[in-house]
Amino acid sequence: MCSICKEKPATIFLSNISSENKKVDVDLCDACAKAKGIDDPSALLVASADLMMGLGASQEIDQSASGMELKCPRCGFTQADFKKSGRLGCPDCYKTFSEGLAGLLKTMHKGTRHVGKAPEALKATRDNADKLKSLQKKLMRAIESENFEEAAQLRDEIKQIGERIPAPKNLTR
Amino acid sequence: MKDLHAFLSPPAETARRHGPNDSIVMSSRVRLARNLKDAAFPGWAKKPERVKILETIRPAVESLAEMKDSFSEAMDNLGTLDKQVLVERHLISREHAAKSAGSGLVLNREETFSVMINEEDHLRMQALRPGLQLKQAWAAIDALDSALEKKLDFAFDGDLGYLTACPTNLGTGIRGSAMLHLPGLVLHEQINPIIQSVNRLGLAVRGLYGEGTEALGNVFQVSNQMTLGENEPMIVERLEKVLMQIIEHEENSRQVLLEKKSKTVYNHIGRAYGILANAHSISSKEAMNLLSLLRLGLDLELFPAVDRALVEELFLTTQPAHLQKQYSDKLTAEERDLIRADMVRERLKNVNRPIVKPPPSAAN
Repeated sequence: MCSICKEKPATIFLSNISSENKKVDVDLCDACAKAKGIDDPSALLVASADLMMGLGASQEIDQSASGMELKCPRCGFTQADFKKSGRLGCPDCYKTFSEGLAGLLKTMHKGTRHVGKAPEALKATRDNADKLKSLQKKLMRAIESENFEEAAQLRDEIKQIGERIPAPKNLTR
Repeated sequence: MKDLHAFLSPPAETARRHGPNDSIVMSSRVRLARNLKDAAFPGWAKKPERVKILETIRPAVESLAEMKDSFSEAMDNLGTLDKQVLVERHLISREHAAKSAGSGLVLNREETFSVMINEEDHLRMQALRPGLQLKQAWAAIDALDSALEKKLDFAFDGDLGYLTACPTNLGTGIRGSAMLHLPGLVLHEQINPIIQSVNRLGLAVRGLYGEGTEALGNVFQVSNQMTLGENEPMIVERLEKVLMQIIEHEENSRQVLLEKKSKTVYNHIGRAYGILANAHSISSKEAMNLLSLLRLGLDLELFPAVDRALVEELFLTTQPAHLQKQYSDKLTAEERDLIRADMVRERLKNVNRPIVKPPPSAAN
């Protein structure tokens, strides 16, 4: 029996192991498989993962929205659209739907924070932001422990970095 | 407009591309997904916006040193047959072949870079290499991406990385994959446990043109699925490690088969040769499966004096679009089956039937 329309007999049987090592099964009839865009057999195995994630995805977003229809202010994309396609409308959608996406990303990926390549223009500001953060932490600690000599040094360092590199303008958040 | 057919290397030439471990790993690729900062993703953008995006991206890609003398075309200028030829060569995705106005392709002279514009993302750029060369492919596409980011403003978030239409590609936007020829694991019935354990490691296995898990021509594609929370070199490294293990399992299976089930192996290869060399009608699917066994026979040295490139070439030329491309009249599937069989018979005319090696235990 097809797990989507629950009417027609299933002809395609997908199983996948979720990241928590649970087996997830989805059975599909021809029509629903086609509607989900996985009638192409060569794409089947990849699609199975996407499909399961897509199914989970729409649930997550439903829950987070609690009845209110979220809509991306930039491109007009709604959660219903995401439910249909499993794709987002524009880069800004990641902000609009961030709440619902957070849980989804956790199940999909190794982590929820990007640690790879960044555009060269942003890398300097990104490295810098990290450095600033750690210096500021050190400064707080120095002040707390009344180590004023070190605090003065740290303050100068922070000031230097702040002057050398302009505030990030390209970061979307 | 350049003629695609004149641009692409002839199959006899592509069949001679070599790389490390290429008896098992047919090719490696690494693709990156990128999007422009201030535009809707292709699946949501209206046609005029998609056309504008294409007009922004295409000249930027064409101007890269790596893409000199490239084949660059809007998808609506390519015929169905040409698109299908590109799919059969693994230069574009099936999804991209279905695109028309507002999508494009830029392919470099050496066919080592293929950049799809407005596929699922604004940019899907891939580096292709023969054999197992994932690290080289990553280095190549990394350089191309770095050159392109000087010309285009990519959507990037400090926490989430490169923003993609589908959350499954978020972060690095990287998909590394290798095409593996695994007849030993299939004949030894070890392929399913291998696929399952590979899946458990967070990697996807899919058939090339296969139904379910039994891939056509015993060709499987293995790729990473997770793109966020790990950097690109780590992802590539982990994938390559798993691939090395699969290669080892395939080699072991072939060894075990020869030692314990040599009759079965010889039977399969001998029958494959018999049909290919004598059939008068053959579908592309049957041809692929039998050519896979012929390829295995070559690996096992049962066809001394036969050039491997012959089989590699037939893998490509027996496919529907490549076959059709040689004829001006539109052929029906039945007509193609006849012509395919004629072509294969002709090419195998001078190939002697497989030799039989004495079993290792028979030596005294």
